[in-house]
Amino acid sequence: MTVSVPTFVNVGERTNVTGSAKFRKLITDGDYAEAVSVARQQVENGAQVIDVNMDEGLLDSVEAMTTFLRMIAGEPDVARVPVMIDSSKWEVIEAGLKNVQGKAIVNSISLKEGEDQFREQAQTCLAYGAAVVVMAFDEVGQADTADRKYEICERAYKILVDEIGFPPEDIIFDPNIFAVATGIEEHNNYAVDFIEATRRIRENLPGCHVSGGLSNISFSFRGNEPVRRAMHSVFLYHAIKAGMDMGIVNAGQLDIYDDIDEELRELVEDVILNRRDDATDRLLEAAEQYRGQGGGTTKERDLRWREAPVAERIRHALVHGINEFIVEDTEEARQEFERPLHVIEGPLMDGMNVVGDLFGDGKMFLPQVVKSARVMKQAVAHLIPYMEAEKEAAGEAQSSAGKVVMATVKGDVHDIGKNIVGVVLQCNGYDVIDLGVMVPCEKILETARKEKADIIGLSGLITPSLDEMVFVASEMERQKVDIPLLIGGATTSPAHTAVKIDPSISVAPVVHVLDASRAVGVVSKLLSDKRDDYAREVREDLARIRERRLAARSAKSRVSIEKARERAWDCDWSAHTPPKPVLQGVKAFEPDLETLTKYIDWTPFFFTWEMKGSYPAIFEDPNRGEAARALFDDAQAMLRRIVEERLLKPRAVCGIWPANRVGDDAVLYTGDSRKEVLATFYGLRQQAAKSNDKPHFCQFDFLAPEGIDDWLGGFAVTAGDNVELLAEFEKTKDDYSSIMFKALSDRLAEACAEWLHEQVRREDWGYAPDEALSNRELIGEAYAGIRPAPGYPSQPDHTEKRTLFKLLDAKANAGVSLTNSFAMTPASSVSGLYLSHPDSCYFAVGRILRDQVEDYADRKGWTVEEAERTLAPILDYQPGVKEDAA
Amino acid sequence: MTQSGRIEKLGTLARERVLILDGAMGTQIQDLKLDEDGYRGERFAEWQVAIKGNNDILNLTSPEAVKAIHKAYFEAGSDIVETNTFSATSIAQADYEMQDLAPEIAREGARLARAAADEVEAETGSPRGVAGAIGPTNKTLSISPDVNDPGFRDIDFDSVRNAYYEQAEAMAEHVDFFLIETIFDTLNAKAAIKALLDLKAATGIDRPILISGTITDRSGRTLSGQTAEAFWYSVRHAKPWAVGLNCALGAEEMRPYITEIARVADTRIITYPNAGLPNDMGEYDETPAETAAQVSDWAENGLVNILGGCCGTTPDHIRAIAEAVKSAKPRRPARRERAMRLSGLEPFELSA
Repeated sequence: MTVSVPTFVNVGERTNVTGSAKFRKLITDGDYAEAVSVARQQVENGAQVIDVNMDEGLLDSVEAMTTFLRMIAGEPDVARVPVMIDSSKWEVIEAGLKNVQGKAIVNSISLKEGEDQFREQAQTCLAYGAAVVVMAFDEVGQADTADRKYEICERAYKILVDEIGFPPEDIIFDPNIFAVATGIEEHNNYAVDFIEATRRIRENLPGCHVSGGLSNISFSFRGNEPVRRAMHSVFLYHAIKAGMDMGIVNAGQLDIYDDIDEELRELVEDVILNRRDDATDRLLEAAEQYRGQGGGTTKERDLRWREAPVAERIRHALVHGINEFIVEDTEEARQEFERPLHVIEGPLMDGMNVVGDLFGDGKMFLPQVVKSARVMKQAVAHLIPYMEAEKEAAGEAQSSAGKVVMATVKGDVHDIGKNIVGVVLQCNGYDVIDLGVMVPCEKILETARKEKADIIGLSGLITPSLDEMVFVASEMERQKVDIPLLIGGATTSPAHTAVKIDPSISVAPVVHVLDASRAVGVVSKLLSDKRDDYAREVREDLARIRERRLAARSAKSRVSIEKARERAWDCDWSAHTPPKPVLQGVKAFEPDLETLTKYIDWTPFFFTWEMKGSYPAIFEDPNRGEAARALFDDAQAMLRRIVEERLLKPRAVCGIWPANRVGDDAVLYTGDSRKEVLATFYGLRQQAAKSNDKPHFCQFDFLAPEGIDDWLGGFAVTAGDNVELLAEFEKTKDDYSSIMFKALSDRLAEACAEWLHEQVRREDWGYAPDEALSNRELIGEAYAGIRPAPGYPSQPDHTEKRTLFKLLDAKANAGVSLTNSFAMTPASSVSGLYLSHPDSCYFAVGRILRDQVEDYADRKGWTVEEAERTLAPILDYQPGVKEDAA
Repeated sequence: MTQSGRIEKLGTLARERVLILDGAMGTQIQDLKLDEDGYRGERFAEWQVAIKGNNDILNLTSPEAVKAIHKAYFEAGSDIVETNTFSATSIAQADYEMQDLAPEIAREGARLARAAADEVEAETGSPRGVAGAIGPTNKTLSISPDVNDPGFRDIDFDSVRNAYYEQAEAMAEHVDFFLIETIFDTLNAKAAIKALLDLKAATGIDRPILISGTITDRSGRTLSGQTAEAFWYSVRHAKPWAVGLNCALGAEEMRPYITEIARVADTRIITYPNAGLPNDMGEYDETPAETAAQVSDWAENGLVNILGGCCGTTPDHIRAIAEAVKSAKPRRPARRERAMRLSGLEPFELSA
């Protein structure tokens, strides 16, 4: 269940004289201009790094390397990616290093000539600033077995990292891909040796990478392209899983894993994985019947797919990235279908869905996907004029009521709410320019200026986005962008707008928009004749909110952190023994979509669509019942589609570690001896004065103090995303489906968190093996233990996620990562901690005083200002103003 | 004060507040209104070509004037001044046929700044640093001077590296830092880094390195085409004491790119913008108060550790900047997850 699709960097290999006869000829003929266009094609086809090799006996390799690198330096389309300087001759490598302004990769150095030379060359790489490929080669020779490969790499790693301080992340090991199926028995295990060595390198030599030259593996099948391609794909499929994250690969020499003839794949897999003694013979025997079939370089291509119906042909073209016939096929489909849009929604989108699935499963690789997208673009470009003509004929073109530039601010990836507002405004005749998510301030303001926008709308969901909005406002002030600013999104509030945003901008009014239904009203008032009156009104409202808040702040009394700690929630630990978990460490899951649908909490789904009411009672609501039912039916239909077509790929990871409470923090240990600290999670404590003896909670009060064995868990889950599908929705302007899909993705992420928590309680922590609760009971939290999330009321500090993600290796194990503002990507993700105590509960930390902020900053190794920035939303004082003597 | 003691003290100071660099040298020299004879002095009265505009030669012909400018900046509040050696390489001096004098110009430039620093250090007791300025030269390693022949270069890496090596060696005795600045072609800067690392390996001379690139316009790229982030990955192996940007832009235009570097650099940030953009007459007319307001906003937002001025800035600008940021907290270096970070013109990342 712990399969993951790791990153894989494709190094373009066409600019290599030893690998490409065409390139060799261009270089030996001195046709550098044409040679540069080979490099350009590589980059266009998705190469993220280009390998340059000039090792040819008849060439002055130093001269050729120098000239070629200088030529491409002047080609922005090529020079944008890093270069891999590839040579077996050190003087050629050094010539290369003298001609790249970027940080390059040297390919390669090794222990072949002993440690002294190895050290010297590595140090030279450091002085030029380059990463290195290290071959598994030593004084004895090239390593062939897994043990030798690993031993040499380990030795090289120690010299590089421990002796000369080479950054481990800049080391790429190449454990030698050798040909298999050569007929020599000793060669049979070469692929397995590589894969096994890769696994051990990635597990034991932290930080480094593994790469290899793919084409070697199939050397014995030269001339038989179909078999070679199958071998490449099968080998890569297994090597990537083992941790190979880079490779010199010709994207044209790859098949899609699932597309390989099943019999051939079986035979090839037997060879690659060395599964049977007669594997080579069997493949050799069968190989002849595949020769010449659809070979990339053979003249007779297999064009049988051209005989299929047009929809099938389009799908084939997309999946295989063939753009040769796409315009004629699209045209044929357009004439066949009722509307041009249907061509997009039908065959084009179906094809892209297949591509998305294959990519998600690790069976298609990035360069292939880039090709598919290009085919799609060409098809859509063909259809656009027809769609516009259709629109014009229908008289849909009308004058705009005003122009709104909208964006989810930098660092944030959440856009459902923003998209809804966009649709609502468009329906009301406004022009909406949606810049998408993670949009830097400069781009927003530049677009507003260039497009002569009437209004700017900013959206964000996580608390750090609030700061970014303040920044945008202050930049508008500074650059005198005097058009109204709309603020919306889950964490935004009239209070934040009044206290933080409004004072930073005087050139234009700021309006907090509570939900999409109010957007049109606000925008129309802001663009009407009475604009100034309305702006004044808004300003006055915000001023009143500010005053009220100042008054409220002093009204509610708070206690010092010292006092609050004295009244911490106290557990009689002699009466409760924390349960020892079954799982130690981290575990990854790929939950089943169908199962997750049973864990969905539907009430928040209706909230997303701004239909407030709890599920299922909302169906009985006299006003909204009917609409709610219709929406629910659409949701069910799409959910079925998501499940049946596997449009999402949920992933999850959890971990449980020995831990104890120390002060307000949780200290995690590396093992049961509890001697070595693994990490610390920091806690915040309530400071609002309380009547009677109610405790001042901190979330780690529920964790046993030192001396009593307790454990802390953590998790990250994601519903995944489906970039291709969303892009399609966008292209077809199908906002409804796009929002529906995202809303359901969010629900599935929450459902996944619920499912995983149950799984953990029942099995991995195992303290409730017999628990059997209905979904309604789960939603009602009828179980023991909680899963508070950093950034939420029990611990509002988003930066704690960094510790959690590191411990879980959430990126590798669940495909979830953090933006600079600690938003999770994909957007439909959930993370949090697990506490097992049966009395543990959720609470809100509420506003806190300076004394706790200072103490917290001290514990986290921050300046007080950093802490104040991060905790800005919950400060009970104005930073910089010395008045709170708590 | 020893060099290493001074570096340590400046390091401690840099944790407490924003350090102040000096302002423009060229602007102050212009104010001297020297004519050709003024540049020549007695020593070069008979020189075969015109040398007016060779500001670095003044280290030899008007040493007192150069030293006075350094002192004026120290007195305005500079913690560190740059030596008057921007063009003191054999490559740049060749324009005046003075290539053989380059090491002497460099050595004298360093000595003058050191003398000014020592005097002010003695008066005030606070550390005053000297940064040996290493300019870009007037040649580029990444760009062809011949539009019809993109593979052509009129200089190569080793020549640039050798010129820098000679300059750095000449300055080494008197400077606390080496400052590779106004980098419009990163490959030139890499040659300078190689020279400094080679110098260290050969002689043991080990001065902290400051690196400052130049984003030429609002495209957000260096002249040789790199984004600010890609530039950082290209020079990060120098393990610089600080990295940042100077010249070409005023503070307002520079801000997004400083933000970009500050986000990714795990070292101190140094910036010294021009006094705005030049007006129609090619003059910089941003007032000290205006410049100070811009850069103090950077300091308040925790973007910088070392602030100064480039073209058009004067001791008055530096005084205003020092005053405006005196209580601002310095930036803390960015902390980032381990990843292989490479660059072409654009950044590349492969997480570990």
